[in-house]
Amino acid sequence: MTSPLLDIRGISKSFGAIRASEDVSLTLMRGEIHALIGPNGAGKSTLIKQIAGNLKPDSGSIWFDGRDVTSLDTVARAQAGLGRTFQISSLAMEMSVLQNAVLGALGKRGRVMRFWRDVMRDAALLQVAHAALSEVGLAAAVGTRVADLSHGQRRQLEVAVALTQSPKAFLMDEPMAGLGGEGTARLTPFLDGLRHRAPILLVEHDMDAVFALADRISVLVYGRIIATGKPDAIRQNAEVREAYLGDEALT
Amino acid sequence: MSLILFIEQMLNGVQFGVMLFLMAAGLTLIFGVMGLINLAHGSLYMIGAFAAAWVAGMSGSFVLALIASLAAAAAAGALIELMVIRRLYDRDHLDQVLATFALILIFSEGTRWLFGSFPLFLEIPPYLSGPVTLPGGIEYPLYRLAIIGVGLLVAAGLFALIARTRIGIQIRAGEADREMIAALGVNISALYTIVFALGAALAGLAGALIGAIQSVQVGMGEPVLILAFVVIVIGGIGSIKGALVGAILVGLTDTLGRVLLPAVFAQFMAPQAASSVGSSLASMSIYILMAGVLVMRPSGLFGKA
Amino acid sequence: MRREPLLNAAVFLGLLAVVLWARATDEPFTITLATRVAILALAGVGLNLALGLGGLVSLGHAVFFGIGGYAMGILASHAQSYSPLIEWPVLIEGTKSMPVIWLVAMAASGLAALGIGALSLRTSGVYFIMITLAFGQMFYYFAISWPAYGGEDGLSIYVRNGFPGLNTLDPIQFFAICYVILGLALWLFSRLSRSAFGLALGAARQNGERVMAVGIAPYRLRLVAFALSGVITGLAGALFADLNRFVSPTMFSWQTSGEIMVFVILGGVARLFGPVVGAAVFILLEHVLGGLSEFWHIYLGAVLLVVVLFARGGIIGLIAGREVRHD
Repeated sequence: MTSPLLDIRGISKSFGAIRASEDVSLTLMRGEIHALIGPNGAGKSTLIKQIAGNLKPDSGSIWFDGRDVTSLDTVARAQAGLGRTFQISSLAMEMSVLQNAVLGALGKRGRVMRFWRDVMRDAALLQVAHAALSEVGLAAAVGTRVADLSHGQRRQLEVAVALTQSPKAFLMDEPMAGLGGEGTARLTPFLDGLRHRAPILLVEHDMDAVFALADRISVLVYGRIIATGKPDAIRQNAEVREAYLGDEALT
Repeated sequence: MSLILFIEQMLNGVQFGVMLFLMAAGLTLIFGVMGLINLAHGSLYMIGAFAAAWVAGMSGSFVLALIASLAAAAAAGALIELMVIRRLYDRDHLDQVLATFALILIFSEGTRWLFGSFPLFLEIPPYLSGPVTLPGGIEYPLYRLAIIGVGLLVAAGLFALIARTRIGIQIRAGEADREMIAALGVNISALYTIVFALGAALAGLAGALIGAIQSVQVGMGEPVLILAFVVIVIGGIGSIKGALVGAILVGLTDTLGRVLLPAVFAQFMAPQAASSVGSSLASMSIYILMAGVLVMRPSGLFGKA
Repeated sequence: MRREPLLNAAVFLGLLAVVLWARATDEPFTITLATRVAILALAGVGLNLALGLGGLVSLGHAVFFGIGGYAMGILASHAQSYSPLIEWPVLIEGTKSMPVIWLVAMAASGLAALGIGALSLRTSGVYFIMITLAFGQMFYYFAISWPAYGGEDGLSIYVRNGFPGLNTLDPIQFFAICYVILGLALWLFSRLSRSAFGLALGAARQNGERVMAVGIAPYRLRLVAFALSGVITGLAGALFADLNRFVSPTMFSWQTSGEIMVFVILGGVARLFGPVVGAAVFILLEHVLGGLSEFWHIYLGAVLLVVVLFARGGIIGLIAGREVRHD
């Protein structure tokens, strides 16, 4: 058995008296989609921030691709190969779709400190950007200003920017949020294929998508992981059913 | 240096700090509640000083002069809040900086037009002039002692206002969450005008108090404004307590730096060189203090991280 | 959208046309005014790099303007009095050569910008504004209290510094120098804004989180932008001192910082020619309103208020439309 790509080892984080993460351990194996679910207020966003590097855990460690990244910031973790998409679209709103994608390609390739050449004529960067945009279906919108995009298109662009970084693993925070049935139906098979390029740690509310996609599911409740396992096992788990009591998605 | 001289300088530092607090408190309140950076706060200080000097000249009463400074600065503050400032709350900091910079130009030139370029003088009233003897045989000007007293009273009043009164509750709510207080049914635009006028009145009072020991002239407000910014950066934006601590720190550092640094350099340099190096460094000391605080705590001593 | 390049060309050639016309009608004062426009515009181009591209609202750019000015003043005053700057460990003499002075001015202001930027960029927003303003004041008081170079009274240089092959005392030749430098700075700005660095810097202004998520540290981008910005404004300071043959602590004052910012805003933030239009309008207002009333700053304040409150995007925005290029 190979070692996990992302290995979260017993991290805890408190804000005053509130324990937002309590001894959370989680792994992401190569080739898998590992979904993280939990009711609102379970501490999902605090956990994501610790994995992405916005917050430092009080204790425990985070290993990525064989090295301890616990003390690295978001920039260093992105450089190390963690591709992130945000729950609320986080893009350069006044720039075009293509510019946002080129920005993604730029960061990974360390070509930022170039002051003279027109970056929008850099063939290598443009190729990466165009490829990523057409993969998510935004090829027709390259020249559009992000502020003029629809909500769904912004979500697609989020994923495309992550793709331009050719990350080793994806950290996706509710990529389906606000997409509606049709958008979700389109994104689901895309993510399904993506796992073979890089595994995905998927935080998602849409239970249909989660159960359709995930190889494994972890359930976070009150900052603790109460269960990790295959979708079927999670569906049967009594504790999980209790946490989600009344939630039709599981029944 | 003798102990007596040292204590005297300490008191000077505290007096300077207390005056800076009057400026910084208004600025930090206005920023905390409305999210506004107001460069024209120095103009309100100047308006207070001019109003006081003018009324004192007409009536001969120092008390009336102080009342006039409070009233004129509060009125000017309320006026610009209603006419200009309230259009800026939703704007970015750049627009706020420029619009309030424009207000400085208008106020400064307007004052020059009304009163001319020559400084006015505000006399210390007889009952506050002359030295008093403090315990330990230290002779200290009564007026400066009075400034310290007034400043500390205002500070206490401000803390009580914010902790105890209805308007204080609204101010604190406004700092925490601007939308929530509108939802609570508080008349938010009235609250903003009141807070702005209150900050302006404090600046005007500071201008009048200092006007009696320095000259009253156009452009007197901006150097003090910038020092008040240093105070806020050190204390942390939005914190009245931070403003008080920062103001005293800045006052002491500046005053003691000016006295001590030349003396320190005189230990190992020729007297003339020592006094020039010492005074040059002293003029930078508070900025060095600010840089030090920034390195340790980028959001100030009492700022929210 | 396409009107902006046309407008830019018209402004740039217009400035030249004014000077040529003044030359033909023998009005040296107009040439001096146009030279002032070119130099102040250059200072504004520097600030526009930090403010327009980087979103860094610096109210302390007078520091770099003043350092440039004093670099000129100090070097030229030593050359004027034939006394070396430093004798030990190496002999450094003053100079009256513009290119040397420019290099020193740019290096010194760039270093100062690195230092101030490294500290100030630890913060953001309103803290950043206050801190840059405070650092400006620090240099101002230092210049006043440091007696070696004139203290509060400043330094006079009797003869304008020289440039190989040109007679800098001839107003039009000195204008030509400033005009060419302004043109080069605008070219640099335009390249920079389209470069990889410019893209990342602009993205960091709009969304710092996004830039970090793709593995780029905004702090480094901003620090480099701030330093470059200081270099350009410092060069403008050296030229300004040479224009007046005089430097004083006023160059370090907060009003100077405010005015440089006014040039940028009046013309249009982040617009290539914003500072040029802004400086030209400022000098024009100063000249016209200054002739009408001693208290012309009141009117300037009123104009500025109107622009900020009602004409966001500045003068170029009014003429060429609000949208900034995004191809």
